[in-house]
Amino acid sequence: MSVQPRRPSDPGPPRMSTLSVHAGEAREKPAHAITDPILCASTFTFANTQAVIDYVVEKQERGEYGRYGTPTEMTVERKLAALEGGGDAILYSTGMAAIVGLLMAKLNSGDEVVFFDECYHRSREFCVKHLSRFGVVTRQVKVCDYDAMAAAINENTRLLISESPTNPHLSVVDLERFAAIGRQYAVETLIDATLATPYNVRPLAYGVDYVLHSATKYLGGHNDLLAGVIIGDRERLEPVRKLRGIMGAINSAHNIYLLERGLKTFELRMRRHNENGMAVAEFLASHPRVERVFYPGLPSHAYHEIASRTMRGFGGLITFQVRDADWRATAAIVDRVRVARIAPSLGGVESLIEQPLVMSYFEVSPEDRRRFGIHDNMIRFSCGIENAEDLIADLKQAIEGR
Amino acid sequence: MDSDLDTRNGGAARAAPPYQFRTRAIHVGQGPDPATGAVVPPIHVASTYVQRAAGEWGAFDYSRSGNPSRANLERAVADLESGCGGLAFASGMAAIHCAMMLVKSGDHVVAGTDIYGGTYRLLHRVLDRSGVDVTLAPSTDLAAFERAMRPTTRLVWIESPGNPLMTVTDVGACAEIAHRHGARLAVDNTFATPVLTRPLERGADIVMHSATKYLGGHSDALAGMLAVRDPELWKELYFFQNAIGGVMGSLETYLVARGLKTLELRVREQCRSAARVAECLAADRRVRRVLYPGLATHAGHALAAQQMDRAFGAMLSFEVHGDLEKTKRVAGATRLFQLAVSLGAVESLIEHPASMSHASYHPDDRRAHGISDGLIRISIGLEDPGDLCADLDQALDA
Ligand SMILES: Cc1ncc(COP(=O)(O)O)c(C=O)c1O
Ligand SMILES: Cc1ncc(COP(=O)(O)O)c(C=O)c1O
Repeated sequence: MSVQPRRPSDPGPPRMSTLSVHAGEAREKPAHAITDPILCASTFTFANTQAVIDYVVEKQERGEYGRYGTPTEMTVERKLAALEGGGDAILYSTGMAAIVGLLMAKLNSGDEVVFFDECYHRSREFCVKHLSRFGVVTRQVKVCDYDAMAAAINENTRLLISESPTNPHLSVVDLERFAAIGRQYAVETLIDATLATPYNVRPLAYGVDYVLHSATKYLGGHNDLLAGVIIGDRERLEPVRKLRGIMGAINSAHNIYLLERGLKTFELRMRRHNENGMAVAEFLASHPRVERVFYPGLPSHAYHEIASRTMRGFGGLITFQVRDADWRATAAIVDRVRVARIAPSLGGVESLIEQPLVMSYFEVSPEDRRRFGIHDNMIRFSCGIENAEDLIADLKQAIEGR
Repeated sequence: MDSDLDTRNGGAARAAPPYQFRTRAIHVGQGPDPATGAVVPPIHVASTYVQRAAGEWGAFDYSRSGNPSRANLERAVADLESGCGGLAFASGMAAIHCAMMLVKSGDHVVAGTDIYGGTYRLLHRVLDRSGVDVTLAPSTDLAAFERAMRPTTRLVWIESPGNPLMTVTDVGACAEIAHRHGARLAVDNTFATPVLTRPLERGADIVMHSATKYLGGHSDALAGMLAVRDPELWKELYFFQNAIGGVMGSLETYLVARGLKTLELRVREQCRSAARVAECLAADRRVRRVLYPGLATHAGHALAAQQMDRAFGAMLSFEVHGDLEKTKRVAGATRLFQLAVSLGAVESLIEHPASMSHASYHPDDRRAHGISDGLIRISIGLEDPGDLCADLDQALDA
């Protein structure tokens, strides 16, 4: 990105790092403070009856009752909408609450959704086990099989869903094609872009209708908060926002403050996650004890071409398989790692490592694991922002250790 | 140097390779919580700790004397500064005050002329009342600086880069001068940060930070730190900290520790942007002069290149052509830079030292030490450097 000083007559749009520091925030904050206050109030006062009437009639953006959204939450929503290039953003207490919030708001009994089968296992579980209880039909098709997706659509289909990149196989969806199918059949589209983040790809620009993030991951970025967000067109999101006010899965004031603070370094962190991801993936790919590496930045990855065309970087998540290792030998590598910690989740400054078999799929039957492509010798590594040299040296000793 | 990472529950120290700065900034003192496995240690808000038996003290007894969250941060900062121990305070001034408790009535303190206004005020209007003599001398002129030393000098206080003129002081040479005269050297390392300079490695006895600035980095915590390399000195300072009580609150220790995790990323990025902004200003005919150690024209450039690690800081000052009114108009006309004191955070700030950060200097001292009424100081944040240059460009027309 070339940075030429510009004349005030042509300020141009602010760049991403400027957006992550300032977008959405009022220039003049309460008490002239430089940062937003941590606003713990559960309810908000009105000067008089007329002020209440004005609020309702003019749909003013202000606090009424905490469950309908607080001013700090609205600030962070504006920031996220700006980063993603969307009209509106709705924050939830977790990524799952955001998914459930959108699906519950958009779907009625008899409706159908089609989704690519590689995805976060709880998203799949909600669709398969719970949407069905409300009479919603869910159809899974093989990831990135666009013809199968189109074929699964009928007059009841309301929503097409995918992650991109997917968790944990890092398959990358051709967003233009995905959105085009939606438009062709007049069905709305949703991308869970948690692993990509708006630094690497902005699905709305490809015509996707809704973008979803587990903000627990890169957006918060410090492994110290849970949050979720849906971004899209303001009018389309209105019923979703209304339902959130009823569901009540909103953020606490402290949580929202940490999210806002984390976003300030969003661009910096993402650049480093991308660099570390690439360096660690290349190291793993070159190691004789590694059988296979799933990382969109590697030429050997099945989706490298589309990823290179659509993504600015490839993120910090890497999945790999260890050569000639059973689950115990694989676990031994995980246990020898010193810098990364064994824990679920991803996208924080601290590197994390896990063996999907043990962490998320332990209670899943072997047939289902095979169907989901979860192998015993698979390790998922979330690169933090430590020095890549330290991460690589550590992985090397863990892989080669006795 | 103790830089093992607590990488597993319980933090059992393993023999660890010497990890690099950024890796340590994320992990040292920030290992998972042994009680719950939480990947981020908890914020310990307790004011007191239950003891097993009368007179049998556990690791912690009362939070002024020690708090687990504070101890984690102290360990992290000491590690990054190559010290043996750290101490966390409620503000930078509380940290400076604690260090100044090392001198007593009849002792003499030598301080650089280019120092923070609040330090100047503490020396001239608080410490002097307890019968401590203070001399300000230019720390960039080592011969003149040494002439200020007296047999009673116990403490030498410097800043590098200095505030607000960005003078660069030779930390190693000052340590030699101080030690030759039986005094200790303390360095306010707020502007350089341990990313760029580690004074303890150059012979300083005490390093101090207004952690309100880069260490915290988000304009949302008032905090101060000391770190030392001599365990005996640490004990002495710890005694004063506990006796005086200006300790950092636990929420602040959490915010500062969280800030440390992105410290190197932020500082390096901010330095890169500052270098660009300095070039823009230096090439601008509306600007009389630019004070930034990264410019080849800066008097301290060569020393900075040797003492600071591959970057020159993210603070700079400049003077515009025109009178005081013009200066104030420029400082008030930026849209992205916000008019406020303080520095070192993600938001870029602009201020007028004569009426703001250095208003507590006596006007004669301001004049004598080159802090003109026409000086503007800026702190470069994380915004895009192109956006920052464009903002200054339009403000210079004010
Ligand atoms: C891709 C993806 N989507 C959604 C979620 C759910 O988000 P949360 O854990 O914030 O509820 C996760 C993570 O857990 C995820 O990895
Ligand atoms: C260089 C320097 N030292 C010390 C201080 C004092 O720190 P604090 O404001 O945290 O008390 C400041 C800040 O104001 C400073 O800029």
